[in-house]
Amino acid sequence: MKFLKFLLVGIFFGIVLVKSEAVSWYRIYEMFKFQSFHMYGIIGSAVFLGILFIWIIKKYKVKSIEGRDIDLAPKDKGAARYILGGTIFGFGWALAGACPGPMYILVGTGVFSMFIVIAAALLGTFTYGLLQKKLPH
Amino acid sequence: MEYILQPWPWYVSGPLIAFTMLMLVYFGKTFGMSSNLQTLCSIGGAGKYSDYFRFDWKAQRWNLTVVLGAIIGGFLAAQFLSDGSAIELSSETISELNNLGFNEVGQSLLPPEIYSWENVLSVKGLSILVIAGFLVGFGTRYAGGCTSGHAITGLSNLQLPSLIAVIGFFIGGLIMTFFIIPLIFGT
Repeated sequence: MKFLKFLLVGIFFGIVLVKSEAVSWYRIYEMFKFQSFHMYGIIGSAVFLGILFIWIIKKYKVKSIEGRDIDLAPKDKGAARYILGGTIFGFGWALAGACPGPMYILVGTGVFSMFIVIAAALLGTFTYGLLQKKLPH
Repeated sequence: MEYILQPWPWYVSGPLIAFTMLMLVYFGKTFGMSSNLQTLCSIGGAGKYSDYFRFDWKAQRWNLTVVLGAIIGGFLAAQFLSDGSAIELSSETISELNNLGFNEVGQSLLPPEIYSWENVLSVKGLSILVIAGFLVGFGTRYAGGCTSGHAITGLSNLQLPSLIAVIGFFIGGLIMTFFIIPLIFGT
């Protein structure tokens, strides 16, 4: 039962991303060509509201559903991994038109060739795991 | 009902994505989809090869449950909550993509030129998906997050590393879209 709430959040997320068209390859292309406000509106309004939510949580010390302190771990310091990893991710995101959330959601919409992208993403993750200590972070 | 079946505008979708993050934070977790790639590798036994995959993956079952839900959500949205209307892309996007050989621009979520089995089962088509997937998997774990972890959650938490990662996302995305996609698809 404790997993039910996560299942429901996932279902909600999947529906929102399909209905917003954020899972569409075409929308990602359009975004990177600056030809529509659509994706910028989605990300911008999500971040704007997200900043507000996190600010409220911190200011009023809101507790989690289990009554614990909500502790949002800060990201590790550094720049190389973020700019290099981010750029590599950007190449893949624009080519596949899908990032790690939409990959799964699109399988649900019936695009089974997406399994190839997911398998390749797992291979990429595995490769990163092997090379992690040799890469600049 | 009509409004649900139509595509949702950005000012509805964006806040609902923020709400998704809020729910996960309220549940004591965080919003990050790419961690699941690391978890799946760990389940598959990758811990034999790298410390990176040696952790208690059972603690991540909640996130795999979110993934399962997302797949179900995608199914429900496509089957029951869509009226099949075309994506209202800008006319510039449509004409550019037509020129690159994409013929059904916006008729479905993904271009058949990339995702139909007919194209996937060619050397070029398969290479595109494998390379794209590999770059996403490698890049997101190197950067320590993807669109959900960095662009939404990290920026909402005012994290400088996330801003750097998002700048990286755009450097890569812009180079791919402006220079490489025309080389791959333009004839």
